[in-house]
Amino acid sequence: MTTSVITPEEIIKKGTVVFKKTELMTNNTLSYCPGCGHGVAHRLVMEVIEEMGIGEETIGVAPVGCSVLAYDFMNVDMQQAAHGRAPAVATGIKRVYPEKYVFTYQGDGDLAAIGTSETIHACNRGENIVIIFINNGIYGMTGGQMAPTTLAGMKSSTSPYGRSIPTMGYPIKMTELVAHLPGVAYATRQAVHEAKYVRKAKKAIQKAFENQRDLKGTSIVEIVSNCNSGWKMTPVDANKWLEENMLPYFPLGDIKK
Amino acid sequence: MEDVKLMKGNEALAEAAIRAGADAYFGYPITPQSEVIEYLMLERPEHRTGMVVLQAESELAAINMVYGAAGAGKRAMTSSSSPGISLKLEGISYIAGSELPCLIVNVQRGGPGLGTIQPAQADYFQAVKGGGHGDYRLLVLAPSTVQEMADFVSLGFDLAFKYRNPVMILSDGAIGQMMEKVYLPDQIERLTDEQIVEKYGSWATTGKKNRERNIITSLDLKPERHEKHNIHLQEKYKKIEENEVRFETIQCDDADYIIVAFGSGARISQKVVELGRKKGIKIGLLRPITLWPFPKDIINKLADQAIGFMSVEMNAGQMIEDVELSVKGKAPVSHYGRMGGMIPTPSEVLEAVEKDIANIKKLQEV
Repeated sequence: MTTSVITPEEIIKKGTVVFKKTELMTNNTLSYCPGCGHGVAHRLVMEVIEEMGIGEETIGVAPVGCSVLAYDFMNVDMQQAAHGRAPAVATGIKRVYPEKYVFTYQGDGDLAAIGTSETIHACNRGENIVIIFINNGIYGMTGGQMAPTTLAGMKSSTSPYGRSIPTMGYPIKMTELVAHLPGVAYATRQAVHEAKYVRKAKKAIQKAFENQRDLKGTSIVEIVSNCNSGWKMTPVDANKWLEENMLPYFPLGDIKK
Repeated sequence: MEDVKLMKGNEALAEAAIRAGADAYFGYPITPQSEVIEYLMLERPEHRTGMVVLQAESELAAINMVYGAAGAGKRAMTSSSSPGISLKLEGISYIAGSELPCLIVNVQRGGPGLGTIQPAQADYFQAVKGGGHGDYRLLVLAPSTVQEMADFVSLGFDLAFKYRNPVMILSDGAIGQMMEKVYLPDQIERLTDEQIVEKYGSWATTGKKNRERNIITSLDLKPERHEKHNIHLQEKYKKIEENEVRFETIQCDDADYIIVAFGSGARISQKVVELGRKKGIKIGLLRPITLWPFPKDIINKLADQAIGFMSVEMNAGQMIEDVELSVKGKAPVSHYGRMGGMIPTPSEVLEAVEKDIANIKKLQEV
């Protein structure tokens, strides 16, 4: 899709459309907390699918977690998977419909804890799918418990005194981990809490779907996101905290391309 | 021309899967059913029919691959043995809740835990009473011959799609491993996408071309709606109970004592009937072919003529509960079973039958 340049005068003119919600997002009210990154991430994925013109040949897989209801918002064929099993479900779909586009949309608890095995083995087989991995360092849906990606010292309802590395282990860097696998064509870490990051994240998602089109293997796009409710911060503070704490440990950029 | 072969039960089932026009098999090795995936890998069905065969990283992954492929409207199946089926139960519950048609094969071994690799029938409860979480039912077929291992694949897929419900073939290590003559079915062509829609409607997730999007899910956070979904499931199960009961009666017409047995237990019991009749004991055998729905009406009817029943099972007594529920107190029901991979001999079962008959007669005299 081409976007023509709109002058500032035109923008303020009544009736000028400067932004349009993609048809591939439904009109349902998002169930996410105000300030949450899921809404933007959903939109980016669906915009890419719309712009590539593949909405009628795409099947998405929703996880267990905050985005369990992703199918209420993503206006394509969707399957809801058991906790952690989205890459296996996606494998099943892709193997019987190799010509269609299949993606999973998973959180850190889903992908990096209970679904570690499914993630690693789907990547290791080089399943020709896209994995969108939302990493906000916490279990949002169940009420702010410790995730495999919770930072050292970070408080959660199951690490109320902060994550203790000697007893609770290290926050896991799944994208780096699977980037080592030859089946993975593209592994990247992005963010969506500011406009400059959003633009880059969209490009990464597009590249991931293009890889699927070009039969390149697994593409994983991690999006470091916030959880102001779970982190018990205002949306603004959460984004600041993300920048200052999450990004140093989970640095942005391509890990494998 | 008839295609007759001498095959293992597991191999016959695998060959029948290709011939049934199955689209995908996802599995993980476990004794005593590994021949299913070994046979499929050797046969390369991707060249014969285009069927996909994939060795998953775990039983969990395998059943969820089935979920994905079944949710895409395809004929998908998996097979395992007892400990592996336990792992699959989460996925099976999701499949039942999402109303996806698929075929699950359990070639049972002795349990609990890692148990043994020898045959058993100790997963009866797990198969017919649900197994995983929530109110759901599997349609359960119990083969007792290698021929039925082959025949039940196509039947299983047909029933699964007829009701959009998972179907289980509940076999055991003896039937899976034994070699018998088998008449192999003709090759059925795999359905095209158009045929799938024409035959079963367009509920599957295949990409929303020319229609509204489809969603496969077992989740509904609104209890009022979710109860409706559960009521719908129960209505479907009732329809299955009304229409899909299958059983075989062997010498039941004049029998005054009935053995109820399935799978390997039924093979042994058939010999018991033969031996008993030679001694002048009028034993009959009722063999449930569907364990769920259970053939309760015929058992209740037989209770009008029989002085007693015996449930012969390779377990501690599981199906006996359903036999008792069917007999409804009309006659005494006893159980004979071996556990831990032991297979009862016909003579030891006959001895138990004779003892039971003597007991019943003694009680009747009092």
